[in-house]
Amino acid sequence: MDTLLQQLLNGLVVGSVYALVALGYTMVYGILGLINFAHGEVLMVGALTALTVITTLMGVSPDMPPLLLLGIGLLAAMVVCMIVAFLMERLAYRKLRNAPRLAPLITAIGVSFLLQTLAMIVWGRNYHTFPQLISTTPMQPIEGVYINPIQITTIVASAIIMVGLVLLVTRTKLGRAMRATAENHRVASLMGVDVNKIISLTFVLGAALAAVAGVLFASNYGIAHYAMGFMPGLKAFTAAVLGGIGNLGGAMLGGIVLGLVEAVGAGYIEHLTFGFLNSSYQDIFAFVILGIVLIFRPTGLLGERVSDRA
Amino acid sequence: MDQLAEAVPYLGKRNLKAARWVVIIIALVAPIIAMMFGRTWVRILDFALLYMMLALGLNLVVGFAGLLDLGYIAFYAVGAYTWAFLASPHFGVHWPFWAILPLGAGFAAMAGIILGFPVLRLRGDYLAIVTLGFGEIVRIFMNNLNYPVNITNGPQGINALDSMNLFGWDLARNLTIGDVQIHSLYLYYYFFLLCVAGSIMFIQRMQISRIGRAWAAMRDDELAAKAIGINTRNLKLLAFSLGATFGGVAGGLFGSFQGFVSPESFSLMESIAVLTMVVFGGMGNIAGAVVGALALTALPEILRNIAVPLQETLFGHVLLDPEVLRMLLLSLAMILMMLLRPGGLIPAHARYSRPELLGKGVRT
Repeated sequence: MDTLLQQLLNGLVVGSVYALVALGYTMVYGILGLINFAHGEVLMVGALTALTVITTLMGVSPDMPPLLLLGIGLLAAMVVCMIVAFLMERLAYRKLRNAPRLAPLITAIGVSFLLQTLAMIVWGRNYHTFPQLISTTPMQPIEGVYINPIQITTIVASAIIMVGLVLLVTRTKLGRAMRATAENHRVASLMGVDVNKIISLTFVLGAALAAVAGVLFASNYGIAHYAMGFMPGLKAFTAAVLGGIGNLGGAMLGGIVLGLVEAVGAGYIEHLTFGFLNSSYQDIFAFVILGIVLIFRPTGLLGERVSDRA
Repeated sequence: MDQLAEAVPYLGKRNLKAARWVVIIIALVAPIIAMMFGRTWVRILDFALLYMMLALGLNLVVGFAGLLDLGYIAFYAVGAYTWAFLASPHFGVHWPFWAILPLGAGFAAMAGIILGFPVLRLRGDYLAIVTLGFGEIVRIFMNNLNYPVNITNGPQGINALDSMNLFGWDLARNLTIGDVQIHSLYLYYYFFLLCVAGSIMFIQRMQISRIGRAWAAMRDDELAAKAIGINTRNLKLLAFSLGATFGGVAGGLFGSFQGFVSPESFSLMESIAVLTMVVFGGMGNIAGAVVGALALTALPEILRNIAVPLQETLFGHVLLDPEVLRMLLLSLAMILMMLLRPGGLIPAHARYSRPELLGKGVRT
């Protein structure tokens, strides 16, 4: 029972990071019908930028309060990621907006590997230790179940950001413009929406979320390196599909569900397969779920739009 | 063959017969010229031929049938591991070459069908992601199936694979005829060349056959293809399994040539590399796949030989190591090709496909 609770908790932490990244996928997909394959790399750029900024600041003024350090690092990460995403859309995707579907996807794969390579050049191939500025000393709220402050921060921060995003999309004029663009570019532009601006903004917004996710992810695991974005990116995509791609609530639900399934699955796979498979097979869950969802319910858990794309 | 000949600059459009001879002579003489620059270059040519085979197989899936497969390297892995299991001290089995290669091809084809069935309903980007997942699953299993029973030997891979032995004639040993000694790398080159030539001939026939035309119809408009009575399910499965077969054969050749296999050789980056070769050369075009594979295998090596000494003289140390340069080259090739010349280096022949679909305007 304790194991189950513990794994559920771990799943919730990872799941909220997946959810943050999945939101970026789903927003871009909702508006452009494009799987932004490079979105996971944005997470990596965010984590590594924050790492550089924080370690530099620590060197300059060692007695800065850790929360301030983290705040500045996060802010820098968000800014850099937003710029990266803006350039990505402007230079690579915009020209292909009306191209057949394979072209933007192949470009996105190219962008993803380009970002990884550039990160490899800037930050090297080694694993970096990410400074854990929020304490990782575990507490024991229930006997046998551990949780540490960074995990709590991850869950709370993700929840706040998600609520904020939903409010932005449903309540503001900007959100209305985004929804209109997602419905139909041409009609939206006839109604006075600057479609290009909205699309740029969607990318930038998604990148900001990915930057936060990257910093949280790296803080939780204490490491950062150039290829760290790939797996979370893929899993977040799975989460977006699981929840129903193009649907904000779906992305959040999908992220949490995927995190829970993965954590619980990793905890029990050894018992279930009589010791044949162990937790190093954890990554398989995401792919299996992705396959099953796409085959049996391509619209996802919450997706109502019947998609002809699948 | 003819598509390759047509791709020869200048001559291809005017004198097909002469162009054909040019291609044949280049193919035959290439390793001898490469040897002048050193043995490594012959080895690189050998690898280029293996990549050609992969690119040809992937081109069949992506270019002909329009199914974007990002897990293609998994079939290569199946072929290579089949070789490793049946011809190495790992299990102590040493089967002959002509038994393993067809078996590896068969296993790969089966893997293709196993992948094909669940993804029949998917198209475009979803298909790409699921096939990517398939490739990753295969890699995770290769990495971890050393426990509790040691099957794949985990991340270390399997060593000391048997070399290729054609009816008592070992390709890994230098061949001596009279006083002339022919280096083993040449033997591999000409054997691989034979395999690639066979593949090209087969695929070309396939392309203009009823099946090839049905693939083109399915790729250009699946609904319309269904409406005129094309069985898209069988055609998709055929494309997956046939493409996989080429991957499996290439994998077997790779295993025996390299002498060891490890999961590292079958990473996602390799799938992407093969895809870039197809895209760079020109999707749906045999000559494109061949030229793309050759260019993107040779270019990084040339860069390695130019850029590394250049950096050492300029900066005093190596700033960008060759592996980084290769990734940079591949990713830029992919992006720039899609933006500037979506049809690829050698755009597909109008008769076999509709290049305007790859360009702009038409949304499929």
